[in-house]
Amino acid sequence: MKFGVVRFPGSCDDVDALLAARRVGEAELLWHADADLRGVDAVIVPGGFSYGDYLRCGAIARFAPVMVEVERFARHGGLVLGICNGFQVLCEAGLLPGALLPNVSLRFVCRQVTLEVVEGSSPWLRGIRDPLSIPCKHTTGRYWAPDPVLDELEANGQLALRYLPGHNFNGSARDIAGVTNAAGNVLGLMPHPEHAVDLLTGSADGLRLFQAAAA
Amino acid sequence: MRARVLIRPKTGILDPQGQAVERALPALGFEGVANVHVGRLVELDVDDPARLPEMCERLLANPLIEDYEIQADLLPAGAAAGAS
Repeated sequence: MKFGVVRFPGSCDDVDALLAARRVGEAELLWHADADLRGVDAVIVPGGFSYGDYLRCGAIARFAPVMVEVERFARHGGLVLGICNGFQVLCEAGLLPGALLPNVSLRFVCRQVTLEVVEGSSPWLRGIRDPLSIPCKHTTGRYWAPDPVLDELEANGQLALRYLPGHNFNGSARDIAGVTNAAGNVLGLMPHPEHAVDLLTGSADGLRLFQAAAA
Repeated sequence: MRARVLIRPKTGILDPQGQAVERALPALGFEGVANVHVGRLVELDVDDPARLPEMCERLLANPLIEDYEIQADLLPAGAAAGAS
């Protein structure tokens, strides 16, 4: 299993994602300006502040040359994981429904959250049923979509991850922490599984997503 | 042609930035302020203003969460905001 981790100008969690992926398989970086996925089996769009978060988070990154290939790969069923800024990029690209808005508090928040796996049919979550303890760190993480879209996502089993009661600090609609596309091969989430891969830092629950994808 | 695009959060979507400003104004003694919303302003010189709506739809705004308003032909090309 070979993972590719996209690096945009302003990415900052690309190396953690690379190291997390290497715990379960091979991994290499994919440069934003190269329209080439180098034959990887799964793509991770990592956290950070791509293109300085100018205009809107993810708005400019979605037009990077590498994203043309990521979109093509995703639409053909390739596994894609968007974490934090990566989630924002995938929403801007239309690969995932909805959008991320500023936290209700308007503050940057860094804290451990507990997530309920609502729907575990995505390859990124297959076999995971227990709640996951994973850190969050963002200013723009309030998931929003119009109510009819949320109803549809819920009916389709696309509401993959929810914050447990008391953990939805950013004000996300219906406590949503992560969603998938209709096929389930694309998952986006605000919490950072790549920062929770070793008990040394408090939790290794995030590693389970990488293991699920590699299984 | 100089154009200006005003981008606002869509009505009905919680706008905590607008709320924060709305709460701050009375604290400074400015009473009687309501419905404050904070958006973005993009100013640009364009050869073909007919393409502005597409620019807004594809990049300048996110139509899911934002409304945009195009004001074209306001200023001579090259006039920058704040330039004297």
